[in-house]
Amino acid sequence: MHHTLEVSNLKFSYPDGHAALHGVTLSIAPGEKVALVGPNGAGKSTLFLHFNGILMGEGEVRVCGLPIQKETLGKVRASVGLVFQHPDDQLFSPTVLEDVAFGPLHMGLPETEVRQRVEKALAAVDMSDYLNRISHHLSVGEKKRIAIATVLSMNPEILVLDEPTAGLDPRARRGLINLLKTLPQTIFASTHDLRFVRDLFPRTVIMDQGLIVADGATDKILNDVALLEAHGLEKP
Amino acid sequence: MHYSPAPLHIPDGFLSAAVAIVGWALAIAAIAYALRQTRGQLGGKQIPLMGVLAAFIFAAQSINVPVGGGTSGHLLGGVLAAIILGPWAAVLIMASVVGVQAILFQDGGITALGFNIINMGVITAFTGHFVYQQLKKILGDSRNSMLIAGAVGGWLSMMIGAVAAGIELAISGTSPLNVAVPAMAIVHAVLGIIEAVITVGALAFIYSARRDLLAIGESAPAQTSAAWVGVGLALALVVAAFSPLASPDPDGLEKVAAQYNFLNKAAAPLYNLLPNYTIPFIANEVVGGILAVALGTLIVFSVVFLIGRAQKRANA
Amino acid sequence: MIHIHLADQYKSGSSLIHGLDPRIKIIGTILFIVAATVLPFGAWLPYALLWLGSLAVALLSRLGWSYALKRSFVALPFALAAITLPFTIVGQPIAQIGSLTISAEGSVRFLSILIKSWVSVQIAMMLPATTRFADLLWAMRELRIPKPLVGIVSFMYRYLFVFADEALRLLRARAARSATIDNKGGGSLWWRGKIAGGMVGNLTLRAFERSERIYDAMISRGFQDEIKILAPPRLTNHDLIILFVWIIYLASVLLIRFI
Repeated sequence: MHHTLEVSNLKFSYPDGHAALHGVTLSIAPGEKVALVGPNGAGKSTLFLHFNGILMGEGEVRVCGLPIQKETLGKVRASVGLVFQHPDDQLFSPTVLEDVAFGPLHMGLPETEVRQRVEKALAAVDMSDYLNRISHHLSVGEKKRIAIATVLSMNPEILVLDEPTAGLDPRARRGLINLLKTLPQTIFASTHDLRFVRDLFPRTVIMDQGLIVADGATDKILNDVALLEAHGLEKP
Repeated sequence: MHYSPAPLHIPDGFLSAAVAIVGWALAIAAIAYALRQTRGQLGGKQIPLMGVLAAFIFAAQSINVPVGGGTSGHLLGGVLAAIILGPWAAVLIMASVVGVQAILFQDGGITALGFNIINMGVITAFTGHFVYQQLKKILGDSRNSMLIAGAVGGWLSMMIGAVAAGIELAISGTSPLNVAVPAMAIVHAVLGIIEAVITVGALAFIYSARRDLLAIGESAPAQTSAAWVGVGLALALVVAAFSPLASPDPDGLEKVAAQYNFLNKAAAPLYNLLPNYTIPFIANEVVGGILAVALGTLIVFSVVFLIGRAQKRANA
Repeated sequence: MIHIHLADQYKSGSSLIHGLDPRIKIIGTILFIVAATVLPFGAWLPYALLWLGSLAVALLSRLGWSYALKRSFVALPFALAAITLPFTIVGQPIAQIGSLTISAEGSVRFLSILIKSWVSVQIAMMLPATTRFADLLWAMRELRIPKPLVGIVSFMYRYLFVFADEALRLLRARAARSATIDNKGGGSLWWRGKIAGGMVGNLTLRAFERSERIYDAMISRGFQDEIKILAPPRLTNHDLIILFVWIIYLASVLLIRFI
């Protein structure tokens, strides 16, 4: 059985010379819920952009057994649901309906199926009434949920979330955490919110300066004060 | 929040039907050509980039410069857009901005939208860009030469756009030529300074933070034909203005023309071409008038365009 | 959260006008304004009939008769462009101010221009008030406006608020540092302009960087070169009948003058 996500010795430098990833190796099995923590500048967001081929570095990245290459990009992007940090970047259509329909439409699915998927996705994030709403009228919490719906409608194998609880007030944060608990997909999320990690993720990966420095059970890692402090983190 | 209507957004009713039709014809042609020219420019990124830049220009127009007495000036943005992405992309961006301002805020009319797009989107973009490029060639490739070129381009673009608007109002019979043009010119000589200053400030900021972005406009498509289009439009409007065919109030224009002794100099050959101010075989005056104006504009436009093409072929 | 309702001209409702197909509304608005433009000067009765038409639309949209009226004076400053007409158009003199003669023909023309403009603004205002912008966008596509251009307008509208918010934040930051001593602000025009220019430059860079992230989000969901959309609903007989009635009305107004 293939791993959902398999990264082997991934290296990447930006065009201006800045080396962001120094050899990242990581595997995620189907159904796992994994958290990625580490200081700013560790390369977390850069790493995520490799999962659907927006960035391509040296080394190998496989999604459900498929190596990421130009030819496989279409399938990869349907399998990896990447949710960006700022929902405004992700909600670029005039209405919620159009945003959630964007993915399935561009996969070439017929209209009736597109509409079904939109309904299902919005129901999954508990926002079925928001079909004809306008994106910029929504609160940050609502936007984050709709952003998740925009990738859920593509039926991805894995949800990759970049700092999902950032900027949310306590109520919205709690709502989002509860939502993520109900989703059956494999989840890989980067975050600074270590209480969120303890609440939802059995496995934690620590990243610092372009490398994985720890990967194991959340309980063990979050109780290792020395390890946390060495990488700019505080015990929750 | 609604900024006060700028003097260049002509409302409905101020341009005659004939003038409005010509304006729309020119705007449609410019937009169609711009779509063709920008097609391959930036690949798939094109549309979100131009849309986002249009949003930014719309919002940037709300950043004011207090000039005293409670009033302030604003950026229009045609020149800045042309320098950043090239003149054809600027046409699309400004057309979007001006169009949405007309539809959502009635800032500028619907029949007048054609010429509003031409004045604020095409004329400003091409004049500004043309002046910017030529001045940079003359002054060299330094930061200061770029800023000076941007300032002069910004100012001139407002002046010529305003003069064009004045001419359009005069041809429509809304205002005599000797009032409309000077009034527009004077107001926009001042507003042009603000446009120049803000454009320069923006260019300086971009130059220091992300100089690579300025290169996009440099390599934008159709440089020489762009210049010719700008010149052609300006010429077309001037010719149409001094052609008695176009004025619905020949008395007024003849009075002005006589005053400045233009009748003898410029208009004589035109009188002979189209006797009695109409195309001979078309009886109805209104239709004939419209066709005459359109024909005159098209002729000048075509001549200049063909010259531009020939020159491009010679340079290739 | 700082938020400017800059372009929210839509007033939601469920009137006859709200329910009309956006394509019909756009065409109807254009036809009305063209009729107003084509009418000659001094056609007082047709002008009044046109105004009644716009009033009818305002009432049918349940926005109230004064909705458009209150906002219609936005174009008034531009009246200055035509203000010289009573003095410069040669004709039958009706008044004298100093050495300037006011003519009847000039006054008629001046008033006509103002009325045409005023009536056009009132009908134009109804369109965004009764139509969601997203609906206006797909109507534009259906009316054969090129897809790339509609795409640009769509992104512009979506991100207008984002940039308006950012501009507002920059303006507030500037205001917070704009203290005056004895109520006299300092700094030359050049300096103020440069500050404003710097703010504009700042916004430009944010625009570029945001568009990169948006593009990444688009390709993450499978975008390649053309934006695909769901098909809009078909025109109903109801819409076509109303358009037909509107055309008859406008044609009558024009005929009254030209007969």
